[in-house]
Amino acid sequence: MKPTPDSIGRLQERFSHAVIAFVDADGYPMSVATQFRVDSDSGVVVLRSVGGEVQPPVDERVNVVFSHIRPQPGIGYDERRYVSLWGPLRSTEKGLEFTPEREQHWDEEEMTFFEYSERSVPQAHRYLEQVSVETGRRVRPKLSFGWLFLRATRLPFLTATFVPVLLGIAVAAWTNGFNWWLALLTLVGGACIHLGLNVANDVFDTASGADQANVNPTQFSGGSRVVLYGLMSLRTIALLSAAFYAAGIAIGVGLAAARGWELLWLGIAGALLSLFYTAPPLRLVHRGLGEIVVFLGFGPIMALGAYFVQAQEYDLEPLLASIPVGILIALVLYVNEVPDRPADAAAGKRTLPVRLPKGVVVNAYAAAVALAFGLIVAFSVGGWIVRPAIIALAAAPLALPVYRALKESYEQPYALMPAMAKNIQLHLATGVLLIAGYLVAIIADAVSNDPPFFLR
Amino acid sequence: MGVLPESVEALLETALVSELTVVDPSGRPVTHPLIPLYDGELIYLTSSILFSKKLEHIKANPKVSISISDPVAVTTDRFARATIQGDATVDDSDLHSGWERLLPLWRKKEPAIDMFLAKRVALPLFFERAVIEVRPRKAFLWEEGRTDRAPQIFDVAPALV
Repeated sequence: MKPTPDSIGRLQERFSHAVIAFVDADGYPMSVATQFRVDSDSGVVVLRSVGGEVQPPVDERVNVVFSHIRPQPGIGYDERRYVSLWGPLRSTEKGLEFTPEREQHWDEEEMTFFEYSERSVPQAHRYLEQVSVETGRRVRPKLSFGWLFLRATRLPFLTATFVPVLLGIAVAAWTNGFNWWLALLTLVGGACIHLGLNVANDVFDTASGADQANVNPTQFSGGSRVVLYGLMSLRTIALLSAAFYAAGIAIGVGLAAARGWELLWLGIAGALLSLFYTAPPLRLVHRGLGEIVVFLGFGPIMALGAYFVQAQEYDLEPLLASIPVGILIALVLYVNEVPDRPADAAAGKRTLPVRLPKGVVVNAYAAAVALAFGLIVAFSVGGWIVRPAIIALAAAPLALPVYRALKESYEQPYALMPAMAKNIQLHLATGVLLIAGYLVAIIADAVSNDPPFFLR
Repeated sequence: MGVLPESVEALLETALVSELTVVDPSGRPVTHPLIPLYDGELIYLTSSILFSKKLEHIKANPKVSISISDPVAVTTDRFARATIQGDATVDDSDLHSGWERLLPLWRKKEPAIDMFLAKRVALPLFFERAVIEVRPRKAFLWEEGRTDRAPQIFDVAPALV
């Protein structure tokens, strides 16, 4: 890139010295540090002359580099930045006058190291191809099987499945009864469908270019990137996704055969929503419907399905209990979509944060959180769900730092990361407390013939 | 005692950053800030495949220089500046873990490297790294960092032809 007057003008305040690099008579590069000042009027850098036989070539093009770090004893360093300039050098009475013509730079305060790395992924692939040609064998980046599986499946997100499934089971245990094996199979089946969805999401986001366009991925957004990094092939993850779906569907069909075919309709709805979340032709997340799909799939469908497996009937209570966790898991997607906005928009993925202005996105988050906790109060006080479930209100303060971060760091993907983590905790804590509310009611009922009304 | 003068070795052993200059195919010098590591014989630098242009340049032209210029980035008793010219080779035979043999040297300068390495899953391509091994041939030393004065020059090994 061409240097700008601003970038040259700021050299003096950002760097203590310059290094002049050139190629000497033997063909070796030579570099020598010196003091400098910027002549803002003429846009040239005046370098102090150097002594002895190490003389930079005048009237030739040289490379002048400015580099800065701040040592952090016991850790390493930070405040990394450098500016590399190329241009002609000439000798004047003031010293060596350098006219910058080309610039390359990086400042970690302007571009995070993560973004810098993401933007360099194509160079990594070029190099791997070159090494493959040189060595005659295919050279690929590696990760251990465990890390690769964790990364490809985004395993930690399984809490989104465990919460509604365990909630449905807890409601069934309160109203009907409980079977360990059926509970375990329901969890495994639900997890398989969820992992199938996670991996399918990567298949379609890689194919559509959404992941490549995203240079600000975080651990919560931007996909697993295993294909983008060359860690796995598109075919392999497509097969992995199909295998998870096959296992989940097989378990679902088995449970339907054992507990009642009415379960099948719910299972089919869940599997189709999961698949068409990113798969064409529907690509629901591209149409701004991702939150609704996630609400239904990881709220009522999972909870009602888990309830049915235990109770062999449908009921209003698991549906109501699942609505707050459905809203909160939809909000996990919603917040995670905020840093992905530019890449999603470029790939035609018109998510809600792509469609809506910041103010609406932030206020809608607050309104949805208020609705989720308002429903918990209404349902538990009204006796639609067990009254001890009201303890889930204790999780509500976790929403405050998320709301604050959305307001203050909306445009800063990496500053949003703690908020994204907190938002996941909000869903998890609320779900766990709702389940705990049911456990309190179950225990109270077991130890007393007539437990007080607030424990029922 | 290694192959380089003691004052230059002292700089290499503590410098948190150096400037590696390579020559690109058009003959233009290109400089990259990198951590220098030294074992008494060779100077080592590692480069992620993410930032691997310099590796391509070295493979085409192994002549390089390494400059230690930043007074803030060294902790020697008496500051000096040095430039070492040498012949580099790129070891990319095991990008995944070959560079880990340099961890003991790296750790001394950047203890946090172990923490980053434990999170390898987060930045897998950053930890696919080649090792640049530089055999010094000539060293230039400017006492007190005064490059306005003539440097001391040390011939270490014959140049490549």
